[in-house]
Amino acid sequence: MVRGALVALILVTFAATALAAPAGPPIRIGGTLALTGPLAPTALLHKIAGEIYVDELNKGHGLLGRPVEWVLLDDQSKPDLTRSLYEKLITVDKVDLLMGPYATSGILAAMGVAQRYQKVFPHHSFGMPHLAKYEMHFPTAAFGPEPNRTVPTTVFDALAATSNPPKTVAIVTSKFSSAQFQSSGAKEVAEKRGLKVVLYLEYEFGNRDWGALAARVKDANPDFLWIGVLGLDGNQMLEAMKKLDYTPPRHFHLFPAPGPLALAPDAKNALSVTVFEEHPPFMSNAGAAKLVPLFRERATKANVPYPYVETQVAGSWAAWQCLEAAVTATKSLDDKVLAQWLKKNRVDTIIGKLRFDGPNNYGDDLFRVKQVQDGKWVVVWPREFAAPGARLLPP
Amino acid sequence: MPSLTLLGQSVVSGLLAGGLYALLALGLSLSWGLLRLVNLSHFALALLGAYLTYQLGHAFHLAPWLAAGLIVPAFFALGVVLHVVFARFRVTEFTSLLVTFGLAVILESLIQWFWTADYRRYETPWASASIRVGPLFVPTLELLACLTAATLAVATWAWLRFTYVGKALRAAAEDPAMAGAFGVNHRAHAFVLSGISAAYAGVAGAFIALISTLAPAQIWAWLGTVFAVVIIGGLGNPVGALLAGFLIGVSESVTMAVAAPAWAPLVSFSILIGLLVLRPERV
Repeated sequence: MVRGALVALILVTFAATALAAPAGPPIRIGGTLALTGPLAPTALLHKIAGEIYVDELNKGHGLLGRPVEWVLLDDQSKPDLTRSLYEKLITVDKVDLLMGPYATSGILAAMGVAQRYQKVFPHHSFGMPHLAKYEMHFPTAAFGPEPNRTVPTTVFDALAATSNPPKTVAIVTSKFSSAQFQSSGAKEVAEKRGLKVVLYLEYEFGNRDWGALAARVKDANPDFLWIGVLGLDGNQMLEAMKKLDYTPPRHFHLFPAPGPLALAPDAKNALSVTVFEEHPPFMSNAGAAKLVPLFRERATKANVPYPYVETQVAGSWAAWQCLEAAVTATKSLDDKVLAQWLKKNRVDTIIGKLRFDGPNNYGDDLFRVKQVQDGKWVVVWPREFAAPGARLLPP
Repeated sequence: MPSLTLLGQSVVSGLLAGGLYALLALGLSLSWGLLRLVNLSHFALALLGAYLTYQLGHAFHLAPWLAAGLIVPAFFALGVVLHVVFARFRVTEFTSLLVTFGLAVILESLIQWFWTADYRRYETPWASASIRVGPLFVPTLELLACLTAATLAVATWAWLRFTYVGKALRAAAEDPAMAGAFGVNHRAHAFVLSGISAAYAGVAGAFIALISTLAPAQIWAWLGTVFAVVIIGGLGNPVGALLAGFLIGVSESVTMAVAAPAWAPLVSFSILIGLLVLRPERV
């Protein structure tokens, strides 16, 4: 009797395991990332996030019971190449679904291809919502439809709530499209709020000589420096200013490489914006508890110096969550069906509930202000999203 | 109107940036001018030198000058080996562009494979150190790089001008057949020069490691400006490369200080185009 029950239990367990494991031809999801080139350091974070997501899907039921294969190509940080590779993914590799590349220029290039072939197009790092006219694109860089207005407003609100809000502002920005777009918006917002913009400079993406720019900022001597950075520019700017024996009282970095800035000795109290950091209330969001330890493990193994989940990684994870939610809910791989579902439904993601029913498929601006404190990023504004006990530290 | 302090600081910054351009340009100028090889892999070698300096310092706590003491002779040997390969396959001035481009891509991939695409920063106590001269600040590491560039440029110029090997190399670059008829063993001298060019890449790499944050794609960041420096300075002319580095560095820096920073590349490349139009014989 007992023996029979044991055999039955083993058989049931075996059958359940066999049923749960994904089977059949894989669902192929195609995309590119800047695995080489100037955007590669940040794209590496998106690669790790995507790999973890696909691995976790395949450890579970896959998608629609089928295993998932991520066909990932290297776009070398070049939008022109990105466009060609998405064309290849759709026409030659014949992938079932698409996942967007990293950064605004590449996403814009790939979006045109997705539109031509009417493919649903989730993406995670696009900073110019007014240019995204394709009805089947789904952004998880949750800037809202007007980040040039809302992001600077959030930042200046945070500063205004301090005991000594700034009166003068210097804005130095890369000409990289999304950085320039939001930084020029910051100038308008600052002026509307009665702040004096004492310096506004634009520099070429890939600039090497930071000494002259640092000298101009020092000469302007602002209360607050907004740096429209991409990647390492902010670190280099801070180092160059330090060499002139100058540190701005407050400095904000738009799209920094999160690790190097948090760990830089000159970046104490640096400000930036984020949709996720590894502390409450964000850790209660869908998938956060699962991703954080997995990312820590993989990123450490990949020799990433700052192995913490923050806005880049979380944005990437959210894009995969949206794709999975749409496929699971509709039980379909039809692009139009998936797009209709995403337009009509909110998706519970690691960065919060996302909706795509606003202008150009943008929903709410979920960006919060964060600050480097003790070598780690913590959210400091709005207060309800601040890390426990954290507040915006004064200069 | 920019203040005099701002102008002065931008000139200092430009001179120091120009020193680094010159340090990178020295090896390239020698190889292009005297070996007739346009060595695009020079930039990859410099970045490899930077990563090795970082690795030796970070993992083995080796001081950067000691690391350079290991890297520079190793790179000299690597330069000799590279030239053996180039000579074996009869690489010409034109094909060298393709071959060394491929080599640079391979080196970039190797760097990325070993150190990943993520940024690497070699933190040292001197990273932010400066010397104060009146109202101006002179960053110590950049000054050291600039002085090294000047020393190497002058020493190389003297070597080319006053030694037998130098004269033989210049003669062979002018007319290999005639130099050979006078007993110049260009093949042997070319190995030495190729080694020196690669060793200079190692020196530049050590300073890049100390001054910059490293990422594999940085290989291509210097390409345009350093080529402009080499051409303006004159091929195979080390002192010319130094002066051209200063010219480009200061013109870019002053443009950044008095006008829109985005115009800086426009100014330096306008100088190059103007020079090529007025004195096309320089290339």
